[in-house]
Amino acid sequence: MRSLMNGTFILAFKLLVNDRAKFQALVGGITFSTFLIVQMTSLFAGILSRASSTVLNVGAKVWVMDPAVNTVSSSIGLPDYVLDFVRSIEGVSYAVPLYSGGALVKLNNGTYQPVTIIGLDDDTLYGRPALEQGSIEDLYADDGFVVVNDAEYSKLGSPPLKAQMQINDHRAVIVGVARVASSGLNGVPTLYTTYKRAISYVPSTRFTTAYILVEPKQASDIAAIKAQVASLGYLAVTNDEFVSKVSNWFMYQTGAGTNMMLMAVISFIVGLSISGQTFYTFILENESKFGALKAIGMKGSELVKMILFQAIFTALTGLGLGVGLCTLMIFIARLRLPDYAAKVTYENLLIAFLMVLIIAGVSSYIGVRRVLRIEPFDIFRG
Amino acid sequence: MKRIAIQALGLQKWFGDGEARTLAVQDVSLDVNFGEMLYIVGPSGSGKTTLLSMISGILRPNAGSVAIEGCDLWSMSNDGLAELRLNRIGFVFQDFHLFPRLTTAENVAIPLILRHEPWQASIEKALVYLKKVGLESRADLPPVKLSGGEQQRVAIARAMIGTPDILVLDEPTASLDGDTGRNIVSFIKNELLTPQRTVVIVTHDARIYEFASRVVNMEDGRIVGISEGASRA
Ligand SMILES: Nc1ncnc2c1ncn2[C@@H]1O[C@H](COP(=O)(O)OP(=O)(O)O)[C@@H](O)[C@H]1O
Ligand SMILES: [Mg+2]
Repeated sequence: MRSLMNGTFILAFKLLVNDRAKFQALVGGITFSTFLIVQMTSLFAGILSRASSTVLNVGAKVWVMDPAVNTVSSSIGLPDYVLDFVRSIEGVSYAVPLYSGGALVKLNNGTYQPVTIIGLDDDTLYGRPALEQGSIEDLYADDGFVVVNDAEYSKLGSPPLKAQMQINDHRAVIVGVARVASSGLNGVPTLYTTYKRAISYVPSTRFTTAYILVEPKQASDIAAIKAQVASLGYLAVTNDEFVSKVSNWFMYQTGAGTNMMLMAVISFIVGLSISGQTFYTFILENESKFGALKAIGMKGSELVKMILFQAIFTALTGLGLGVGLCTLMIFIARLRLPDYAAKVTYENLLIAFLMVLIIAGVSSYIGVRRVLRIEPFDIFRG
Repeated sequence: MKRIAIQALGLQKWFGDGEARTLAVQDVSLDVNFGEMLYIVGPSGSGKTTLLSMISGILRPNAGSVAIEGCDLWSMSNDGLAELRLNRIGFVFQDFHLFPRLTTAENVAIPLILRHEPWQASIEKALVYLKKVGLESRADLPPVKLSGGEQQRVAIARAMIGTPDILVLDEPTASLDGDTGRNIVSFIKNELLTPQRTVVIVTHDARIYEFASRVVNMEDGRIVGISEGASRA
């Protein structure tokens, strides 16, 4: 390995790392801003994915909704003729209604717990969750409900199969325990039942269908379906589009996204100034040494490579430490708060990577400019 | 038969512009031969370092030319010059310029590393050269742990490791006491000077004049005399 590696890189490595204090400050600065960026963006990613949890869990190919819908839970009821219309569209294989609403569960200790009720189409149970226990067909049994085993499950006292409870003063029996991909943002438990039972348990407004879930005949039919639905004054989006619609709303309409971006920019600037300055000091302190290397016969291009190597090595070390630290922190936070919504996504890592790349780039650019300007003669003169 | 190593013709160098312009070297022509130990002496500010830098490919003259074995230095590209310095010229700076965060051996190995020789082989060769200057026991220490004379010997080992045929030293004894300085120059004379090599020393240290083959006297940027040294080549 050693012999494979260019000696000038070993030299660059030693010059950098042997300056303990400065190397630590450099890596520390980058670790710090990586940590902040990843922490902030992953928290946000966690919140966003929870905000779209119903979309992700139901996983329909196409969703039809009122155009004014911003978040999944703030659905706006659709008149029945919309369902009929959608079913009549060429290219629709089938279309089913989805109910989504809130109810109150009375716990054994007499207190009430708000829950989200999702009502699946009685004929198809389209959008059904995967069950850990029980069987989905049992939803057709009297008063059958499936409870989701997510972070909120314990708020209902973690009811097992056959447990009974009262939902809006109606009897309910747990016939299944479900496992879902993503838990919700609202911090309330989720129960699945049939569409018809949902609207009979939950007092409703005139229109009870929150969403229409559409299975197109072919993926290529989606565009036509969207256009037809739009001509009726409603909105049809794919699963992914719905997720980004919800995300964008949180990002740009709630202030959360703006704040996060502001914090990200601040941590970027902090990291850049700590690392940039330390790196510049490192270059300045070694200026005469770099000059001596030049005098001895190091080419300008090699000096540049050496400095780039130092900057990139430092940046990647800091990136690794920052990401590691953040992952560790999320892990520890989860031990104490099972609900903690943070999710390190590839996008977050990419953002952090680009950020440290820019920090390394700016720092080495400043360093390189300085080093290239050194006159070996000045070194010679002492 | 004298073989010319370096031939300087009509060298001029000035610094600054207009009123502030100083002529550091004016119309200097000089031959440096292989096998000799040439001294450049003169008062401080007389242009010795400037001249040494121009003939060793470090400082571009405003006028005149320098040829090393017939090859015109200052018509070369910067990279070409760097390569020539790396392969043919060994430098010893007045202030040593050793890397404080590398070991003594690593410092000595630098010219080989710059030539892309493998790291481990370069370090091993550095140990050989450290032994030549009597410092093999210091190989793993940082240079700051060494005395001034020892550091200067490290700098000499670094200059010699690439077996250059031209060795230039700027005031190598200035920061050393008399005996140490004499020992070092005597070592250079006895161990390093060969008929295929030339040594150019800038100095105003009278204690080492006895080792010179020829002495170039400078004043105000001009050569005011060249005399045979006490130790003729
Ligand atoms: N980089 C520089 N800028 C301005 N003046 C310089 C520079 N280098 C040298 N000089 C001037 O050139 C003259 C010769 O300098 P130098 O060659 O260093 O002399 P010496 O080595 O004989 O002491 C001096 O007057 C010095 O001030
Ligand atoms: Mg001088």
